[in-house]
Amino acid sequence: MRLEVRELSFTYEKRRVLDRVSLSVDEGEVVGILGPNGSGKTTLIKCINHILVPEGRVTFGEREVSAMSPMERARLMAYVPQALSIGMAMTVFESVLMGRRPHVSWGIGEGDIARVTAVLEDLGLSQLAFRNATQISGGERQKVMIARALVQEPLLLLLDEPTSALDLRHQLEVMGIVRAHAAKKKTGVIMAIHDLNLASRFCDRVLVLSGGRVRGEGRPADVLTEDLVRDVYGVKVRVDRADGFSHIIAIEPAREGP
Amino acid sequence: MEGGKETVAAAFRKTQVRRVLFLVTLLVLAFLLAIASIVIGSAGLGAADVMTAVLAGIAPGTFSSDPMVHTIVWDLRLHRVLFALVAGFGLAVAGAVMQGVLRNPLASPFTLGIASAASFGAALAIIVIPAVVFSDTLVVISAFTMSLLAAGAIYGLSRIRGVSSESMVLAGIILMYLFGAMTSFLQYAGTTEQLQAVVFWMFGSLQRTSWEKLALVSIVVAVVTPLLVWKSWDLNALSMGDHVAQSLGVRVGQSRTLNMVAASLITAAVICFTGTIGFIGLVSPHITRLAIGGDHRYLIVGSGLVGALILLASDSLGRTILAPQIIPVGIMTSFIGIPFFLYLFMRRREEYW
Repeated sequence: MRLEVRELSFTYEKRRVLDRVSLSVDEGEVVGILGPNGSGKTTLIKCINHILVPEGRVTFGEREVSAMSPMERARLMAYVPQALSIGMAMTVFESVLMGRRPHVSWGIGEGDIARVTAVLEDLGLSQLAFRNATQISGGERQKVMIARALVQEPLLLLLDEPTSALDLRHQLEVMGIVRAHAAKKKTGVIMAIHDLNLASRFCDRVLVLSGGRVRGEGRPADVLTEDLVRDVYGVKVRVDRADGFSHIIAIEPAREGP
Repeated sequence: MEGGKETVAAAFRKTQVRRVLFLVTLLVLAFLLAIASIVIGSAGLGAADVMTAVLAGIAPGTFSSDPMVHTIVWDLRLHRVLFALVAGFGLAVAGAVMQGVLRNPLASPFTLGIASAASFGAALAIIVIPAVVFSDTLVVISAFTMSLLAAGAIYGLSRIRGVSSESMVLAGIILMYLFGAMTSFLQYAGTTEQLQAVVFWMFGSLQRTSWEKLALVSIVVAVVTPLLVWKSWDLNALSMGDHVAQSLGVRVGQSRTLNMVAASLITAAVICFTGTIGFIGLVSPHITRLAIGGDHRYLIVGSGLVGALILLASDSLGRTILAPQIIPVGIMTSFIGIPFFLYLFMRRREEYW
């Protein structure tokens, strides 16, 4: 199913946080939302998920997201917030198991347990399965939250800065897992991301926001130009191409600012 | 835990079995303690006499017992013992739900002003209304009404700021002080006898139990608890934060309100008969969390059973250690529960909340 965001706007305390943003995500497609701090990335993700109620239309398949019940939405979309919230007094296993919540009525079946163990294995969390949330590192918690979202088996995965707490190796691992999952399960992925190099390597398309407006959209190699990065981020960069990807090398803050 | 899918799955199944075992063990303990508690006392009954009398009361055709024993068991002790179990269960369930809904380890019927409101209601009935009529029933109704009013006020106040856990906790603390001040004012205005009656009410006691009261409380607890257990996934989801809970299909505001109203209702139903029995609602969920973890599908009932045990043990001791003097159970609960809680708390070093 295809996600279609049309002319989405969001106003918070008279400030226009998002201004007529349009976007579409196909099955299995990974779309990165880029932009400096405060550009509206997180707000956009929350609006798509209907955590915030925007103006404009968000449709998934044939249906309007605002017309769905919370439970219907939960079966279609999973959300991983930027803040690493995690259940108190819950083990890693139980936190991940929460992802099955939209699919079970009360009891947990063998299928649910099997899905959790498989995802824990994929993300290298099996060793930590019975640790408490307070006994693992920030990066591990981030992986737990992603695992929870994968176990939810959504058609659309909404990730807000999924790699912000991860070291270099785990960034690549997690992005690889998300991509593989998207391809295998035909899941669309929308992720807010700061790291332009990760975005150019792992996203099929990127959407660049600045001040709540779309400043560029398309394949990373086409969008992430030296001019655009200078305009949007206020940073002078050099863009190199190697191995079929754009590599963005920051040089210095641009004199005129963004 | 070593890796490997099968070992992880097996280990998880084992934790679930362990939780069920924990609940069953508590049930058995509660049963044994109940028998012991009926036996304990000045009349010198034996466990066998007590069992026979209980069975004779249930099935008079099949069993028969000494009329004296029958009177002691059925008219004096059995309803008190059962009331202790139901009341302890209810208060602890309410505490577990409140802590879960508010994501706050300090939440309990006490900290949220509901118990203070009940005290105020009782004081109002004892001090202000006796000019018109005075009855035990009036105290109960007044205490019950005030505690529900407090619950409504918490909801109303937090509603203004959006139903977040922080605003509910704040509203509860404000109410606690408000009702505390109003109770003090009434006490200041009352006569010495009235003052004594209010203070005695606030100690919390099982002295005034009866089969009718037991029936009323049991109905409330029996209706509300299954509802809370049925909604326990919501509490698990809420522990991950409002937005994640929402993305997991929880109607956050609605769920928080429903759970709070249900927990308040149980609390009100119990303390309007007993007076303020603090501590159980706060500590039973913590003890249970230390033992079996934070999954509310097990935590709610587990806390209830722990609370039932603590309250019955407290009352049994309160009746015996200074016999024939009876120490009000509200005083005993802390003496019994705190050492036990401290023991668990010190033994487990890692954070469990």
